[in-house]
Amino acid sequence: MAPTPLQSPKTASHLDLLESHAIFILREVAAECERPVLLFSGGKDSAVLLHLAKKAFAPQQLPFPVMHIDTGQNFQEVLDFRDAAAAKAGARLIVAKVQDSIDQGKVSDPGPMGVRNRLQSVTLLDAINDNKFDAAFGGARRDEDKARAKERILSFRDAFGQWDPRAQRPELWQLYQGKVNAGEHLRAFPLSDWTELDVWEYIARENMELPSIYFAHERHVVLRDNMWLGVGEWVVPSSDEKIEVRTVRFRTVGDANLTGAVDSDADTIEKIIDEISIANLSERGATRADDRFSETAMEDRKREGYF
Amino acid sequence: MNTVTKDLLRLATVGSVDDGKSTLIGRLLVDTRQLFDDQLDAVQAASEKRGVGDLDLSFVTDGLRAEREQGITIDVAYRYATTPNRKFIIADCPGHVQYTRNMATGASTADLALVVLDVASGLKEQTRRHLCIAALLGVRSIIVAANKMDAVNWNESAYNKVVEQISTIAAELDIASVKVIPVSALVGDNVVERSANSPWYNGQTVIEALETSDAGAWAGTADGARLPIQWVLRQNGGGRTYAGMLCGHSIKVGDKVTLLPQGVETTVKAIKNGAGETSEAGVGLSIDIDLEAETDAGRGDMIATAPLPTVTKEITATICWFGEKPLVNGQRLRLKHTSKVTPVRIAAINGVVDIETLKIEDSDSLTTNQIGLATLQTADPIVVDDYREGRVTGSFVLIDEVTNATVAAGMVGRASFF
Repeated sequence: MAPTPLQSPKTASHLDLLESHAIFILREVAAECERPVLLFSGGKDSAVLLHLAKKAFAPQQLPFPVMHIDTGQNFQEVLDFRDAAAAKAGARLIVAKVQDSIDQGKVSDPGPMGVRNRLQSVTLLDAINDNKFDAAFGGARRDEDKARAKERILSFRDAFGQWDPRAQRPELWQLYQGKVNAGEHLRAFPLSDWTELDVWEYIARENMELPSIYFAHERHVVLRDNMWLGVGEWVVPSSDEKIEVRTVRFRTVGDANLTGAVDSDADTIEKIIDEISIANLSERGATRADDRFSETAMEDRKREGYF
Repeated sequence: MNTVTKDLLRLATVGSVDDGKSTLIGRLLVDTRQLFDDQLDAVQAASEKRGVGDLDLSFVTDGLRAEREQGITIDVAYRYATTPNRKFIIADCPGHVQYTRNMATGASTADLALVVLDVASGLKEQTRRHLCIAALLGVRSIIVAANKMDAVNWNESAYNKVVEQISTIAAELDIASVKVIPVSALVGDNVVERSANSPWYNGQTVIEALETSDAGAWAGTADGARLPIQWVLRQNGGGRTYAGMLCGHSIKVGDKVTLLPQGVETTVKAIKNGAGETSEAGVGLSIDIDLEAETDAGRGDMIATAPLPTVTKEITATICWFGEKPLVNGQRLRLKHTSKVTPVRIAAINGVVDIETLKIEDSDSLTTNQIGLATLQTADPIVVDDYREGRVTGSFVLIDEVTNATVAAGMVGRASFF
């Protein structure tokens, strides 16, 4: 881990304070809950979360496992990074597969090219139940979406995994209380107050590794729903779609058939920071089909138990 | 790449919707380039869909389905803005529904309050109530946007009248720092861009005032350092390191400290975090501390420097009650204070605050969203400061033992103004 010297009181920066707050939340939930788990997809936000967790409990091992909800439609580069990062952290990696939920008949099969984004909630809730997890750390940030802007840092879920925005626990000061009854659980979001820019500045400061698809590279893409989708196993162009080779990068990492690439020459962390500092489109607006279904797409999915 | 030298300011908004609070927040976000085109497009689309015509910037912060359908704001929304020097965390607190709970939540971590009022109507009762709650929660600094100056033709005497009203209530509520700024949130005058319409005003714009205000009040201003122990890290080869977030005052290697409630006196041997060591650390930072003495401390204990906090099993406190059923004498709950959780009993309710008059009235119960005074007895000792000395060590929440719901926010001691 890259050393980050502690700052003197006069010079604590926003990154020092955001880091400290996130570590505080990680420790608080680990102490108050019986069986936490850290949701880890290999994306940049969950990579930051894992990095912070290592800092929070060093020199000890992580006091919880990490878990990925695998839709089966992920980018291979991200899966490779996921496995390597979990191993490097010495963390136990649980992979819960949407395919298993389909095979067990718990959800309908949307077909080989179908969208599995929404099915993740079922797999996630089953994995939480099966493992008796009472808290799940996630890398969600409040700047991502207007529903998330109103979600608590410790977000209560009932026995059906539902988020009820009108029945949230008051959350004052830094008094995060994590007690739940059997069958209920919490989602904990240590990066709530971070923005996309904060995340990248922190990745730069800590000299963190990330999956290669975040950096500019050449890729075969097709234009679909105003987004560049990478041609591959999950995106097979139709006869009237034109395949182009473009220099692109991914700003977010979701399913390969839902996550658009952006035109970019940013092949270093520094260039990415410069790029997003002047970006005109939000991270999710530019690249995520799953948020475009309706005005309240995120809230509707969260109510069902989504991340 | 730019070198990152930003600091962090937390603020809460105060004011009624009609006075243009959402429009001001929207304006701040737009003019500091925090809103992206697709988000603005979504606001435009939502405005049209609801038939409100022009761009309604309140849709920026009102995100939930029920809020959009009913045109109300239900919950605190968190927004983020950045200038080259400072990151801002904005807790946007709604005006009508559950205002005590929402205002208290937003103000609990705020360094300052951004107050928005309509210059034509002046300080409304609702805004006054919100300011009382913000002050009760420890906000000592306010920036007031005297909004809709365009509607009064930038009349200086209208602005001066607001200055007068605000000065009076600030004195009443013990608010030390006050800045009143004439603005038009609608067109953006004196928000980020300086207005040509107010030649008589030489003060700061809203963003300048936000950039130059003191940050860090939420972590406390006590003279002594406080480290509530969150987690004990066992080192390879034995030895214990105590982890937590520092509040109150900075701490140095070599400082004489007392472990509480045990009362063991010792010295700070090392200050670390997951990545390095330092000789001194400031408030708001998560740190790990090694002590000279071999101790057997755990989660819920506190490491402190003089002047020491109080170890007690009985406190008098100000309570904001959020429970659906009333709080009554003799009620049993769970109390969470720093990292300490203990059973607690309400020994006596000592009165309820009339938020209009700031007078205490006799009452032996508190109903939803009432603020009152109470004496509480805890099963285990807790280590507290008066809330006005330090927010972290002076605050607690009460938890329902059956549902685990958070039913109250509490502050040790009482405010000077009631």
